[in-house]
Amino acid sequence: MIEVKHLTKNYGSKTAVNDISFTVSDGEILGFLGPNGAGKSTTMNILTGYISATDGQVLINGTDILDEPRKAKKHIGYLPEIPPLYPDMTVEEYLNFVYDLKKCRLPRKAHIEEVCGLVKIKDVSKRLIRHLSKGYRQRVGVAQALVGNPEILILDEPTVGLDPKQILDIRNLIKRLGKKHTVILSSHILSEIQAVCDRIVIINKGVIAADDTAEHLSQVVTEDVNYTVRLDLGAAYTVDAPPENVIKVISSIDGVEKTVFAGSKEDNTGDFEIEVEEGKDIRRELFRRMSDRNWPILELRTNVMSLEDIFLRITMGSEINLKKSGDKKEENTDLKKELFKKVDAAVGTIRSEKQSGADTEDAGSTDSSDGTQEG
Amino acid sequence: MLAVYKREMKAYFSSPIAYIYLAVFCLITGYVFCLGNLMSATTSFSSVFSVVFTVMMVLLPLLTMRLFADEKKQKTDQGLLTAPVSLSGIVCGKFFAALSVFALGMLVYICYAAVLNVLAGSIPFAEFVGNMCGLLLLGGSFISIGIFVSSLTELQIVAAIGTFIINLLLYICDLIASNMQWEPVKAVLNAIGFYSRYTEFTQGILNVTSVLYFLSVIFVFNFLTVRVLERRRWS
Repeated sequence: MIEVKHLTKNYGSKTAVNDISFTVSDGEILGFLGPNGAGKSTTMNILTGYISATDGQVLINGTDILDEPRKAKKHIGYLPEIPPLYPDMTVEEYLNFVYDLKKCRLPRKAHIEEVCGLVKIKDVSKRLIRHLSKGYRQRVGVAQALVGNPEILILDEPTVGLDPKQILDIRNLIKRLGKKHTVILSSHILSEIQAVCDRIVIINKGVIAADDTAEHLSQVVTEDVNYTVRLDLGAAYTVDAPPENVIKVISSIDGVEKTVFAGSKEDNTGDFEIEVEEGKDIRRELFRRMSDRNWPILELRTNVMSLEDIFLRITMGSEINLKKSGDKKEENTDLKKELFKKVDAAVGTIRSEKQSGADTEDAGSTDSSDGTQEG
Repeated sequence: MLAVYKREMKAYFSSPIAYIYLAVFCLITGYVFCLGNLMSATTSFSSVFSVVFTVMMVLLPLLTMRLFADEKKQKTDQGLLTAPVSLSGIVCGKFFAALSVFALGMLVYICYAAVLNVLAGSIPFAEFVGNMCGLLLLGGSFISIGIFVSSLTELQIVAAIGTFIINLLLYICDLIASNMQWEPVKAVLNAIGFYSRYTEFTQGILNVTSVLYFLSVIFVFNFLTVRVLERRRWS
């Protein structure tokens, strides 16, 4: 059980974390999500007692990390952003050192073997950490957090530098551990958080922008329905049916708010994005109208908002507080509209940037440094 | 503390640094021993113990430079400081590891004493023990200063040079004092200077104030190191 109350951290005049409060109950996996420099690492460093908060309180299983650091730290296994590995030791020596450092009372050999087995580093246990690849080092980092079976695991970007197979392994491991342990996990990769976590805290510019379950978050933000339709406009595409003409036809359907031409991805076709009023279903009418004109519908897709979109929307407009908004949808609609107006323009550009950078990111690029750390 | 101590000892002996240190230490003291004791046929240890002051001034920063500077650079301090150990435990573990390597070098003096004992029939035993104590205290002081400087920087070389400069200042304090006209400053310089205090030991004098002085230096600098680590959390 971790209780964080009104946590604030200033680096000089810069505020890295501003009045954060949340609670993680036993056996919960909490995802900590935010862009680089949002204050994720700072918060985790405070939780683990590496740095002190300017203001606020952290209780680890009821023990204040400042008053009784040693007692509180005993409950925590921490994987910092850069795993604290000594390159001049072998994996085995290092884990034994961590075992001593944490003053574990478990049967030494069996326990260390078990931990090595969990993260699959048994085959390198006799090798110097200096000679290990990044993926192995990261896994040794996870292993040192697991030594001593702490009840609470705090993992700062645990899958950075791993290949897709290893990422899956670690995710499954975290899921399994989450049954017995309390886990806080940070990441800027959304699919990871979505796959593993029960609850998500989105942090941006040092404040909590959202704190809810993944499903709830999706519900809050996705009430607008969006379709993308691909029409076969035939050979007469350019002459007979320029996009303006099609847009006029679609827009005449009752319930359509906005239609946008989204380019032509196959010969003689056109893609259109259709925004629909809340609660209206235009699909049947759309079919009939297109059929009348002999514009066969090749594809009709409902655009469900992914966590990615939610994340972008929330972090772009975090000044509008969405916190715990799942319970009060009525109130929320106005806020939401305001929010969307503000961010929609920006989201487009960011998404395209993100898309181009996404491949490298998923492969575990190293540019995950959290700006606040250096501050 | 024990975990940190064990790790540091392992680190010393899995890198060349401890071996180089011990080799150079034995070489220089061995040379002085041959010259000062064997060739001049004396059982007085004063030369072989006094020469070691300058040797340690230069060599000990090499032993201590890595201790905290490297932790900070490799970010391994994050592992130490989030583990359930006290800061003083971490500092003490590192201090005693460096002191152990240093003490290991001192063992060579026992060989010298044994050789002299065989050759001369007897040696001034009390004087020898006093000298060993003095050397250990001096070494401890240099080490605690070195650890303190190492905790201030991320670069080992800066830590080594910084420690060397402080050691040098403590060495020349006495020189400056002897040329100083102004009494109060002269008294202060005389009080903090390492060299005259240490030479007392080599002359066979066991001065309690000197013993206390070196012990306080060790305590104060180790305490300051703890404060530096503590302060870093709050920055």
